[in-house]
Amino acid sequence: MQPFQYLRAESADQAVKAGTHAHAQFIAGGTTLVDLMRLHVMKPAALIDITGLPLDQIEATAGGGLKIGALVSNTDLAYHPTVSAKFPALSEALLSGASPQLRNMATVGGNLLQRTRCPYFRDGTSACNKRAPGTGCAAIGGFTRPHAVLGTSAHCIATHPSDMCVALVALDAIVHTHGPRGDRAIAIADFHTVPGDHPELESVLVPGELVTAVELPASPLAARSHYRKVRDRASYAFALASAAVALELAGPDGKARTIKDARLALGGVATKPWRAKEAERALIGKPATDDTFQRAAALALDGATPHDDNAFKIELARRTIVRALQRGAS
Amino acid sequence: MKPAVGAAIDRVDARAKVTGQAVYAAETPVAGVAHAVIVGATIAHGRVRSINTREARALPGVLAVLTPDSAPRLPPAESNPKNPGDKILQLLQDDKVWYTDQPIAVVVAETLERAQHAAAAVVATYDSTPPVAEMRAVIGEAFDPIELGPNGKAVTTRGNLDVGLAAAVTKLTQTYTTPVESHNPMEPHATIAVWQGETKLTLYDATQGIFGVRNKIAKLFGLEPTDVRVINHYVGGGFGCKGTPWSHVGLAALAAKAVNRPVKLVLTRPQMFSLVGHRPETLQTITLGADANARLTVIRHDVISETSRFDQFAEPSAVATRHLYSCPNVVTSHKLVRIDIPTPTFTRAPGEATGTFALESALDELAYALRVDPLELRIRNHAVRDEQEDKPFSSKSILECYKQGAARFGWAKRAPDPGTMRDGDVRLGWGMASATYPAKVSPASAIARMKPDGVLLVQAGTQDIGTGTYTIMTQIAADAMGVPVEQVRFELGDTTFPETPVSGGSQTAASVGSAVKAAVTTLKAKLTPLRRSPGETWGQIVARSGQPEISFEHKTEKRSDAHAYHSHGAVFVEVRVDPDLGEIRVSKIVAAYAAGKILNPKTALSQFKGGLVWGIGLALQEHMVRDRRTSWAVTRDLADYHVPVNADVPDIDVILVDEPDPFVNALGAKGIGEIGITGIAAAIANAVYHATEKRVRALPITLDKLI
Repeated sequence: MQPFQYLRAESADQAVKAGTHAHAQFIAGGTTLVDLMRLHVMKPAALIDITGLPLDQIEATAGGGLKIGALVSNTDLAYHPTVSAKFPALSEALLSGASPQLRNMATVGGNLLQRTRCPYFRDGTSACNKRAPGTGCAAIGGFTRPHAVLGTSAHCIATHPSDMCVALVALDAIVHTHGPRGDRAIAIADFHTVPGDHPELESVLVPGELVTAVELPASPLAARSHYRKVRDRASYAFALASAAVALELAGPDGKARTIKDARLALGGVATKPWRAKEAERALIGKPATDDTFQRAAALALDGATPHDDNAFKIELARRTIVRALQRGAS
Repeated sequence: MKPAVGAAIDRVDARAKVTGQAVYAAETPVAGVAHAVIVGATIAHGRVRSINTREARALPGVLAVLTPDSAPRLPPAESNPKNPGDKILQLLQDDKVWYTDQPIAVVVAETLERAQHAAAAVVATYDSTPPVAEMRAVIGEAFDPIELGPNGKAVTTRGNLDVGLAAAVTKLTQTYTTPVESHNPMEPHATIAVWQGETKLTLYDATQGIFGVRNKIAKLFGLEPTDVRVINHYVGGGFGCKGTPWSHVGLAALAAKAVNRPVKLVLTRPQMFSLVGHRPETLQTITLGADANARLTVIRHDVISETSRFDQFAEPSAVATRHLYSCPNVVTSHKLVRIDIPTPTFTRAPGEATGTFALESALDELAYALRVDPLELRIRNHAVRDEQEDKPFSSKSILECYKQGAARFGWAKRAPDPGTMRDGDVRLGWGMASATYPAKVSPASAIARMKPDGVLLVQAGTQDIGTGTYTIMTQIAADAMGVPVEQVRFELGDTTFPETPVSGGSQTAASVGSAVKAAVTTLKAKLTPLRRSPGETWGQIVARSGQPEISFEHKTEKRSDAHAYHSHGAVFVEVRVDPDLGEIRVSKIVAAYAAGKILNPKTALSQFKGGLVWGIGLALQEHMVRDRRTSWAVTRDLADYHVPVNADVPDIDVILVDEPDPFVNALGAKGIGEIGITGIAAAIANAVYHATEKRVRALPITLDKLI
């Protein structure tokens, strides 16, 4: 680990001010950052500890949604009664991630900004445009089983690792921030960026901008939301493919009902939490049948680009989507 | 008094371990200890051209940076290529690079953090040659190994292949592969080196073999073995990677010499994937032939495994094939391929784990081809004698294992056709396999000391690698003396104690236990005539003698080779497979083992179950990946290198089959640390086939191979 300065922020304004300095990092649970510092992958000159800020509450909003403080732990969020009752996909996604110990430490804000598990990023040595811009991408042509098939570029194919963010995309979450230029609200689907020519940039946050809360708007879709994760072991593994769905169905129970509205997001296969808009459009207005689900799943993977070891993810993701839709509709 | 041996008593060291009182090698308090960190090569093949240490040396707290230019010179030392336990180490004596992460420098500093920081500031340049990272790229260069170390000859022939093939009505030839695997025990390797002057060295070392470490380091540094003392009271898992000393042990001693202070060197988790050996990739081709009665007429088992450019280790995968079944015509062979990797080593049931995957998968395929139940096929080919050695088994109760295991599992209810058992949409599969492992024993010594306070102190050099050595030796000693276990203290892990073999090959209980039993029995015989009244205690006899203790040391002899000595078992598995997503869950395991006298059912069950859990990993998860271009270890942590977590492990039902054995050793006990991982991978693969009609011959069986 490189030596660094440590500052404990007393207020959000103080944190933002300190955070605008070059090579400063906010730290909360530290489950990603400390790991990467020990691996010499991240070398911040200063850590700004934000755990003293009053951002650890989950509050009901006037519109019937929830506002979740950025410092709420993954565990507290997953087991919050409103979340598990009204936004089940979020609970399911959180509880499918990491381990109880990590979820106790990890925060909502930190989970939004989780770094990739690409082994070439994490080894601290290989060529990596995300870790050391301009050095190239050792993953391309290397071991690519964990890598993305959607949203990739010639410079980076690293998968976004978060489960939570995938559920948040399906739930139309809004990220609230406090930054050098004041407060803003960012739709979750616009929060993360694809690597393009700049894999080192992963979100639209500007230096010093602090995530303060994540808002879940009340939605007729949320109650019928579901997260399905497929991975190499039963627990404590990153997704090979995952799907978050949220559906609003019309018509009587029993026979195939009509899909009035739908959200579909993918994890484990994309460089950012991936909203499959085309697939959503293919669901809306259609009967909730396997045929509909399969057509949507095919559209969701349109344009997917496999590498040497991850072509299976395209078919796996399609099947995962179908399974998540079946379950969401049932 | 009820005998202690055979009782399911708690581990005598359990309280110390769960309360943090047990001191592991790296935790040993040593005054003035400095911290060393290894800097690893970032290429796999070539030479170090330059190492710039200026920045690192200038950092605060840095005591020394050892490089091939600056490290103390060692006398030239040969390793014995016939002994895979005597590895060639990389001790900064030249600039050659043989594998990625190879030590090219060692930074020593006042604190671990300063050493790590400085290690990151060391800059090396290389003259690099493109490496070969995969065995298959150069499979044509396979050559015959010198021999298989403790497993003897690489090639065996019994009968005649052509005769066997001609007699077969059903034949099959298939190739099976097993991947590179990493042991990665929870406790990383660690060494604290303390020099007393120029010629005396003490090592606190996380090892499965203190005497092996002592002898190797003495040889490397030109010392007498008695001038090196190795201490190690607890081991946080070994599984073979702590069986022999690796480079870091020598580097710790070298660094301590260079800075003239005690030095502690603990490997990082990424280094655990490269610096302490691995289970090599194997490619195994099996031919089986059977007659109309489903009796084997021929078995051919050819194994190719990878090794490094500079040393030999051959995975002895076909060795179990020589003994397990009755068959007149059996040929086995092992070859090696050199690529640019570190040297592989023993990994839990080396040979048997990987070999039984291939053999027991092939038998399953043969059973379907013959339309015979897989269990019935094995019963029909039961070997009464060891046909390879042409000897009787000292005991062999595999038929009883089949019977009891099948009954408990409910095997008779299995639908013979694959793909036909369902639970809703989920496919069910039932598979089984035989398990086997040799019942090894080596000469060992122990000393028994009766103290005036009545405490029986027993000492032997040996190690407790988590298996329960402390506990069972206490039980054996208590019974031999006729005292309760509370009156016995067993000490181990110090080369000043009587010499014992490496804790590998599942031999510790049998080897050290026999020595303990003999030492205590003789001590009792020595004390008995000194007794003045029937009520006089052993302690009173010693107290009255005026001596601090009365002791007896015993060394056991080599065992007679009149018999073949093996443990056996039968493993039955149910898997549940999602037909769309390919997710495989092992939902039930029943395993019956016959392994002689079970000394402590509680610790024994942990051994069997631990082996079976490893088998789930071998079958479904474990795969250490190297980059195909650079030979760089891509899996460098336990998030990327998967082993089973609790959610992957079903209830495991282990049946201990009673098996008296008057020949195997004085205790009648056979080792049980490794047999648990044999057979299980095939049983799972066979169950996956039964569920899905997909025969996966390349481990691990990940879901992409099923969708």
